[in-house]
Amino acid sequence: MSTNKSTLRGTDIPASSITPREVATGRRRFLQASGLGLTGLGGAALGVLPSGVLAADSPGTGLARLSATRNTRYVVTDKPTDVKDVTTYNNFYEFGTDKSDPSRYAGTLRPRPWQVAIEGEVKQPKVYDLDALLKLAPLEERVYRHRCVEGWSMVIPWIGYSLSELIRQVQPTGNAKYVEFVTLADPKQMPGLSYPVLSWPYVEGLRMDEAMHPLSLLTFGLYGEVLPNQNGAPVRMAVPWKYGFKSAKSIVKIRFVERMPLTSWNRAASHEYGFYSNVNPDVDHPRWSQATERRIGEGGIFTPKRKTLMFNGYGDQVASLYQGMDLRKFF
Amino acid sequence: MPTSPSEPPAKLPRAGTATANASAGQRPAQRWVAWTKVVVFSVALLPLLRLVLYGFTDQLGANPVEFITRSTGTWTLVMLCITLAVTPLRRLTGFAWWLRFRRMLGLFAFFYGALHFATYFWLDQWFDWISILRDVTGKRPFITVGFAAFVLMVPLALTSPHAMVRRLGGRRWQRLHRAIYAVAVLAILHYWWMKAGKNDLAQPAIYAIVVAGLLGTRLFWALRRWRTASGRR
Repeated sequence: MSTNKSTLRGTDIPASSITPREVATGRRRFLQASGLGLTGLGGAALGVLPSGVLAADSPGTGLARLSATRNTRYVVTDKPTDVKDVTTYNNFYEFGTDKSDPSRYAGTLRPRPWQVAIEGEVKQPKVYDLDALLKLAPLEERVYRHRCVEGWSMVIPWIGYSLSELIRQVQPTGNAKYVEFVTLADPKQMPGLSYPVLSWPYVEGLRMDEAMHPLSLLTFGLYGEVLPNQNGAPVRMAVPWKYGFKSAKSIVKIRFVERMPLTSWNRAASHEYGFYSNVNPDVDHPRWSQATERRIGEGGIFTPKRKTLMFNGYGDQVASLYQGMDLRKFF
Repeated sequence: MPTSPSEPPAKLPRAGTATANASAGQRPAQRWVAWTKVVVFSVALLPLLRLVLYGFTDQLGANPVEFITRSTGTWTLVMLCITLAVTPLRRLTGFAWWLRFRRMLGLFAFFYGALHFATYFWLDQWFDWISILRDVTGKRPFITVGFAAFVLMVPLALTSPHAMVRRLGGRRWQRLHRAIYAVAVLAILHYWWMKAGKNDLAQPAIYAIVVAGLLGTRLFWALRRWRTASGRR
């Protein structure tokens, strides 16, 4: 895989506009001093935190800290989106369809204890406890662009490791052609489930080679801390060259299957949401253009939208996966 | 005009008659109407003032343009519903003074509709006229019908002054202003289609029910009128 850094970095954002590390860590020190860091200590006591290099220019949300080493091969230089926007502007329909609903209602989700079942065409089917998953591979921090199918985007410092690490452990059989991700669907924890907006549980999927791609991140945290509930705690996917909805949240099941999974949005409106859902400025959504996007938190209301990049700017890394495919047909 | 079956605008001088001079407001009983108009005007401006205040205090959320678009769209619908409620309210209560507020309310519906449209072509699309033209001509049907609703409101706003009522003649004016029914239906369709892709129809359903109720009462009355008329024959 080529790691062409110049394509990973947003060419239009000068490195000078990134928050200097001293400023960010200074803020973190303040949080620690003010006692908000205590939850981080609690997390450490629970064993969430492997010892390691402190990660992320973390502005802090008060959640348990999750340390990780920054993987500079996967860091875009676009300015990270404000953590407040990342954690208050979410689509997570299990908690309601308004973007402010998840941060408002996801408090009922209990991200611990948590288990993820690995099923299907694997030699080692297994139910992983969250702590076992966290220890399965070294945690990395990666700053990814995140593009929503609705036409907005963010830049988020995620924490996790390549899904391929897990896949190698469970040894898929030759029959495994696709990976299916299933989100928790517990009406007691998720008030949005009482509305049949989608058929629950939420299901997403990747082709095997997509799932094995190093960019596909099994994600446990953001901004130096464990995932907030509204962002898909305790474990989610981050697949940065696809629209955001491809990245399943609060995953309870990962199934290896032979047939292309019937994913939730594809099922709800197959003419609007294809299985692949690669970010593609040339393939419009039937109801709106995908040529541009609004970067959340960038400038004011009079800032024009920016041009959307093919594969969300990750073309050098992933375009080869789709060689010979008509991306208008397989959208 | 208590028994008139169709409702001409408030203070509408019968076609050809001399101008009524009620607008001078000499009758003390009518003075409260003038004051209430000031109040209604101020209240109807609040949604805009709220947006401006939020804008200056950084309270428009993570996606301010989306917030402004939704807010102006919502208030266009609300003003449309209130405007359409005037006639049923007048008939149900028997008070003719309801009609004195209708023009202002209708103009506010147009005002928020214009803000909504401006937010789209300016803040959202940033004057990308080619993309806008594609949207309006059918690429995005929900925008096509929304645009049609807005365009239909323009002649209604332009013919709202009394002078225009007189110039057109009451009957023609009235026929023209029935376009408000089409505006309401198109506006609901616009909102419905916008939300349909996400299967999230609770909100548009509420407005659809309100508009269906308001137009339904008119249909009911029209049918009854037609029956009595044909029954007499």
